[in-house]
Amino acid sequence: MNIKKLEEKIFKGLMIGSSMLIFGVLLYILYIIIKKGLPSLSWEMISQIPSGGFYLGKEGGILNAIMGSLYLIFFSVVISLMISVPVVMYLNFTLRKKSRFSAFARLTFDVLFGIPSIVYGAFGFTVMIFFGLQASLLGGIIAVSLLIIPVMIRSIDEVAVLIPVELIEATKSLGATNYETIKVILRQLLPGISTAVLLSIGRGIGDGATVLFTAGYTDSIPTSLTQPTATLPLAIFFQLSSPIEEVQNRAYSAALILTVIILILSFSARYFSRRFSKNKI
Amino acid sequence: MEVFTVPFIKEQPKPKVMNGSHSLNPHIVVENLNVYIKGIHILKDINMTIPDKSITCIIGPSGCGKTTLLRSFNRLHDDNVDVKITGKLFVDNEDIYSNGIEVTHIRKKMGLLAQRPCSLPMSIFDNVVYGPRIHGVRGRRKLYEIARHQLVAAGLWDEVKDRLKSPASTLSIGQQQRLCLARGLAVEPEIILGDEATSALDPISSKTIEELFVTIKDKYTVVLVTHTLRQAKRIADYVAFMYMGELVEFGTADQLFNHPKNQLTKEYISGGFS
Amino acid sequence: MLKSRLLKDRIARHYMLTATVMAIFVLFLIGGGLFLKSLPIMQEKGLWTLLTTSNWRPFKGDFGFASYILSTLYVTGIAIFIALPLSLLTSIYIIEYASPKILRAFSSVVDLLAGIPPVIYGVWGTLTIVPFISKSIAPHFVEFSTGYSVLAAGVVLAIMIIPLIISILMEVFAAVPIEMREASMSLGATKWQTVKKVVIRKSIPGIVAATVLAISRAFGETLAVLMVCGNFTDLPKSIFDACYPLPALIANNYGEMMSVPQYESALMFAAFLLFFIIVVFNVISRLVLIQIDKRYQL
Repeated sequence: MNIKKLEEKIFKGLMIGSSMLIFGVLLYILYIIIKKGLPSLSWEMISQIPSGGFYLGKEGGILNAIMGSLYLIFFSVVISLMISVPVVMYLNFTLRKKSRFSAFARLTFDVLFGIPSIVYGAFGFTVMIFFGLQASLLGGIIAVSLLIIPVMIRSIDEVAVLIPVELIEATKSLGATNYETIKVILRQLLPGISTAVLLSIGRGIGDGATVLFTAGYTDSIPTSLTQPTATLPLAIFFQLSSPIEEVQNRAYSAALILTVIILILSFSARYFSRRFSKNKI
Repeated sequence: MEVFTVPFIKEQPKPKVMNGSHSLNPHIVVENLNVYIKGIHILKDINMTIPDKSITCIIGPSGCGKTTLLRSFNRLHDDNVDVKITGKLFVDNEDIYSNGIEVTHIRKKMGLLAQRPCSLPMSIFDNVVYGPRIHGVRGRRKLYEIARHQLVAAGLWDEVKDRLKSPASTLSIGQQQRLCLARGLAVEPEIILGDEATSALDPISSKTIEELFVTIKDKYTVVLVTHTLRQAKRIADYVAFMYMGELVEFGTADQLFNHPKNQLTKEYISGGFS
Repeated sequence: MLKSRLLKDRIARHYMLTATVMAIFVLFLIGGGLFLKSLPIMQEKGLWTLLTTSNWRPFKGDFGFASYILSTLYVTGIAIFIALPLSLLTSIYIIEYASPKILRAFSSVVDLLAGIPPVIYGVWGTLTIVPFISKSIAPHFVEFSTGYSVLAAGVVLAIMIIPLIISILMEVFAAVPIEMREASMSLGATKWQTVKKVVIRKSIPGIVAATVLAISRAFGETLAVLMVCGNFTDLPKSIFDACYPLPALIANNYGEMMSVPQYESALMFAAFLLFFIIVVFNVISRLVLIQIDKRYQL
């Protein structure tokens, strides 16, 4: 019996130690980002595009990257929604429950979920070459859409399976067509879909590997789909590689800005999912 | 009182009728037990004596606290931060709520059958010998003997003897409940606690479990929370009637069903409310 | 009235089916596209040469991926080696032992950090981990290390995937029915015995799934690794040497792709390798999970 007690004590110690270590490291990361990023954070950073000497440490800001990322993610989310929502509705509410097609589809989407972002970037690049596109906003949109479609599908699917069968049976007994049933369900799923959108934005806006080849980089804010665009992750990355300290510091504050955007998104997602569980039938 | 006879057991001599104090051999003694859940006073000043080697049924309308009481017998509320317990509970003259009591040996004395049979995620064999294994029993042959013995006692042996290694989740719900009984018996408890153990089962499985309770009561003390009066009338030796967290009346089955002392009891057993 | 309703239904059905087929097709499109693009180099040098040599001199026409593949494996290996035990221990503690307050605080932090982009971890890695390795750890083991190393990449990756694994595992453990725990405790098992023999056992499929996801992420991560791995082609001899995982290779050199014949094909081959390994890995683990489900019916 003593050995058992000892084993329990050892593991309990390991568990507590591990939890404290991880908690500490995670908080430390947030702390460093804030500490390094705050000093160089200024109003110019988010309201101006880089001026001539920006990369040498003079005036300007990263508005080009902020707007570029926002445009990019906006279009990508729209495209992704147009694909993901019908897919989830089809798999969950149109096909029979245990159809082999839906099992195969789900497996495919799980695999797509695990594919690294750089592969999407490389593939996006291939597609662009095929169509003769230059590195541009459009190229970035293609790559990022491909990236976030599996994310959105998975996220919406998770809430779609929670819809009680009784709801579907109720509408069907009233003689509704499949499409009409889905319209009712969609209303129910709206909070879940919002959460999915927020999660996808989080994933897509912070990813640098997808846009590396496909979106290019520029100092101005894009005015058309065929122009190259700057993005936040790349802005951070490029500035960090600079030998000039002033520019490096700006990289930290850009990182802070990106982190804050993501934190806002995460909080909103959690808030929505909590509201969703309150309003369930 | 109807006598539920099972052909293969001897007629048990019924204990003498009490006059207030209960059996000569108390197994569990509850003294001034109060249980608060999230601040709400669920069990109010319970005083009760459970006699040994007999079947005691706790009856009462839903929400009266029967399950809470049963679960305080084996300290299942321990993990629940919302629960506060005061009072004493003696099992074999040991207050299980006093400081410094080692809880696993208390639990070993009691087997719990929950409402919905919960088999552990392992094979049938591993389920039955789970208890003995964690208490240190080793040796393949010994464990096999234990498994065989308990599965026979639970009336399940013939149905599973060829597939002891298959997952327990492949059994039907009635078989799973019998498996849980075998599993509980394997730790050689003294007391069997049943929390509406047959309410989720079909009538045939239900009957089998009831018969098993009657079979084993000459060796074990059985405390059952029953949701139907009929079950209590069928198999109980003693009955405790609870209402709104209080123990209203306690007596032998004959006493409580045929000559209830309390007005509330009278109303309940005649179907006035449920 | 009915006719138009039925028409709408049909259109909707077609739309949904098309979207689904397209989405599924993306997987094959990516695989096929990358494969086709890698064909030139595979035909020229042969698969074996590509995978097992480590000469990388694009301007001379040498394309040996071995050291990149190995770098990727080392870095992923270290990341999983660090992340998995820590995540398991922490998740078990948080779900099974910790008070509700701690659970809430912890899960908020974990959720937040699971969403932070990799580039931030890369930034943090260059600020903290790289100097730490260079000044404090390496001197005990080797003569000199810049800190940009296999170890740095492994550690940064580990920290990146830990919140991901923990958030999945927490859900998995919380999903174990409370009746099962109570059944075990009623038989006299201690909390630890219950955790060991019931909770973990029941959660095995979930743990496998979380691991697969974590490995996939670590394997393909680009930016964070790029910033701390050192980007040095020679095979790393120790974990304190710089390395060059496949994703970093692709990212660093895409600009030069057009300058040399076959360079583009070579980089696409690298991308295809990543794709292929991840797909095979995911499919195999799915088969394994199905087998576990069949045999053990957890």
